[in-house]
Amino acid sequence: MNKARSAYSISNKKEKFDTHIIVVWVDNEAGVLARIAGLFSGRGYNIESLAVAEIDKKLNISRITIVTTGTPQVINQIRLQLKKLVPVHNVADFKREDKQVIFKEMALLKIVGKNGKREKALKACKKFDPVILDKTNKSYVIQITALRREIDKMIVNLKKFGLVSVSRTGAVAMTRGSEIFK
Amino acid sequence: MSKLYTGAEIVFKCLEDQGVEFIFGYPGGAVLPIYDELKNHKTIKHILARHEQGAGHAAEGYARSSGKPGVVLVTSGPGATNVVTALTDAYMDSVPLVCISGQVPTHLIGTDAFQECDTTGITRPCTKHNWLVKDVKDLEKTIHKAFEVATTGRPGPVLVDIPKDIQFNKYSYFKPKKPKKLNGKTHNYYSQKEIDELIKLITKAKKPIIYSGGGVINSGVEASQLLRKLVDETGFPITSTLQGLGAYPGDDNQFLGMLGMHGTYEANNAMHDCDLMINVGARFDDRITGKIDEFSPKSKKVHIDIDPSSINKNVKVDLAIVGDVSSVLKNTIKTLKKEKPNFSKSNKSNISKWWEQIQKWRTVNSLGYINSEESIKPQYAVQRLYELTKNKDTFITTEVGQHQMWAAQHYKFDKPNRWMTSGGLGTMGYGLPAAVGVQIANPNKLVIDIAGEASVLMTMQEMSTAVQYSLPIKIFILNNEYMGMVRQWQELLHDKNYSESYTAALPDFVKLAEAYGCVGIRAKTPEELDDKIIEMINTDRPVIFDCLVDKVENCFPMIPSGKPHNQMILGPNDQEENKITGKGKSLV
Repeated sequence: MNKARSAYSISNKKEKFDTHIIVVWVDNEAGVLARIAGLFSGRGYNIESLAVAEIDKKLNISRITIVTTGTPQVINQIRLQLKKLVPVHNVADFKREDKQVIFKEMALLKIVGKNGKREKALKACKKFDPVILDKTNKSYVIQITALRREIDKMIVNLKKFGLVSVSRTGAVAMTRGSEIFK
Repeated sequence: MSKLYTGAEIVFKCLEDQGVEFIFGYPGGAVLPIYDELKNHKTIKHILARHEQGAGHAAEGYARSSGKPGVVLVTSGPGATNVVTALTDAYMDSVPLVCISGQVPTHLIGTDAFQECDTTGITRPCTKHNWLVKDVKDLEKTIHKAFEVATTGRPGPVLVDIPKDIQFNKYSYFKPKKPKKLNGKTHNYYSQKEIDELIKLITKAKKPIIYSGGGVINSGVEASQLLRKLVDETGFPITSTLQGLGAYPGDDNQFLGMLGMHGTYEANNAMHDCDLMINVGARFDDRITGKIDEFSPKSKKVHIDIDPSSINKNVKVDLAIVGDVSSVLKNTIKTLKKEKPNFSKSNKSNISKWWEQIQKWRTVNSLGYINSEESIKPQYAVQRLYELTKNKDTFITTEVGQHQMWAAQHYKFDKPNRWMTSGGLGTMGYGLPAAVGVQIANPNKLVIDIAGEASVLMTMQEMSTAVQYSLPIKIFILNNEYMGMVRQWQELLHDKNYSESYTAALPDFVKLAEAYGCVGIRAKTPEELDDKIIEMINTDRPVIFDCLVDKVENCFPMIPSGKPHNQMILGPNDQEENKITGKGKSLV
């Protein structure tokens, strides 16, 4: 006899999780990020990454880009719950697979070691538009922009070439062509 | 240069312009300037609670029984944290509250000052929105915005945190341009196409049911009238959630009673077997749906709700109509009348089989119980209370637990805004302070808190408030000396291990009443119950009624955890006559 000793029903349904990018336009005011982040943690939604900055000083608008995973139902809830927040002006959401949208992350990589190794590290980064931001006879700081999983891979690869420190942003997104998010 | 006002004056000017008549609150260091200003504003009366939670629930009771937003005024730190339960309660049950809290002066914020807490941080998840006013110039527009947010769309609580220096600082006051209408039309996002779709479903349905919720009450009195009209025009059966009771007359033949965990057999079976479910202003709460995977498997589901995020949250629906219930119902009735005049008559044969089935379910008499001549059965007490007060336009509040469910099952409401109960959050201690607020809003009406002895002790101090303002509220305690619902769950799910659910060392409620300066009445036997209830009704002062009831009575019917609607446990009657309960129990 299977005894459910709970006041709540337990769902056995397993649904597929999709990765979505959610873009939110908000008033740039005190506590707005806490509201957004609190909504996600309070309702048990995931945040894979989050990037935020003011984009319009005059209108006092910030744009937040959140990468999240969830079932279609959860993603829909995230969108609708976000829209209910008073400082939120607009919410756009799209799948990571969406070909119409570009999204990029930036990473700063510090490589310490002999010249040969550092050059190898730089070469390994070639695909991702590496820029040397700082150079000493012992170290490089390299900036790359790429997709999340590409950066994940690079981090593993570069260990052997003397990678000692990583700093990376969350993803930011933009539609292709002349279209803009609505 | 226009006249300058202090922040405290601006607060009151805003409240006056919002038409506020009552504030429920409790003074303290960080709100003293506002309390000092109170004397200059005669149209606003302050009701002094005995605890900020009580002030919050009283404001909720006021709001729910009057349709106006409730206003709460508390101090910083503990004042603000004490009101959190009431704010969360209001958030879950969509009650419009505006809470004004004092805060330490701006230059002390973040220094762990005396009675400082991060009020906006703490209340962020339990309000629709909150503000920390850092500049007196922003005060006026913030307070007016707060009222707008609280009362429009899906109503809810908001909080404005005002540091003490802002209350002293001066600025001019500009009258707001135009007061916003409550639940304005801006929240209707549906089109005629969706109404036409709904009419199509209505005309095709063979086993329809209307399931209404608190949204109908929140939409205003007109929505309840329209709901009645819709039920009349369609001839469909209707059931209601806990919060929706009163929108449709409880004693009408088309009403199947409440649905959900402790809903009637007929309502839950109709929900399970229907082919069309029209959800009007309810939110598919887990106490309603039971096991979600097996919830009403054969039906087309229509959801009418003002809050887009309620759609497809728990249950996927086939047709969503986002809008104010009144507006949607009005259009639906209009379209139905135009396209199918005399629909209820022409459609009668279409759904007659369905009604036959419902009548069969009704014969189970799922709200039945075995009455006793020795002890008062709690259901009997509620029934007698109903019979003796039904002609008086009575307002009922409740605490949370078995008594709440018995009240919902056996007290039949025929008007909206007469039933105030904590449904979403399930706050024990809600009913007594809520009754205070209800009585403030409805001074000459009979207001009864149907209570349990455990719940009522959580906010018992508010009797003092009732006495101070001569509010003749009646606290009708179904006293079984147990946290009854906890005890029931322990009996059914935890092998009768009644861990900590017996309330030992209860006070003598009659003496307690006297200590508070109100009237105590005790009923011990079914025989004396009626006379005592009449005595209570005829007492023009606050009363604590200690109704000693059967200690081990359980609340049935019941959908056990994780079960669909059609697997209910019925009452003890059923257990003895046929073994359904035995089977049901093994399913628990």
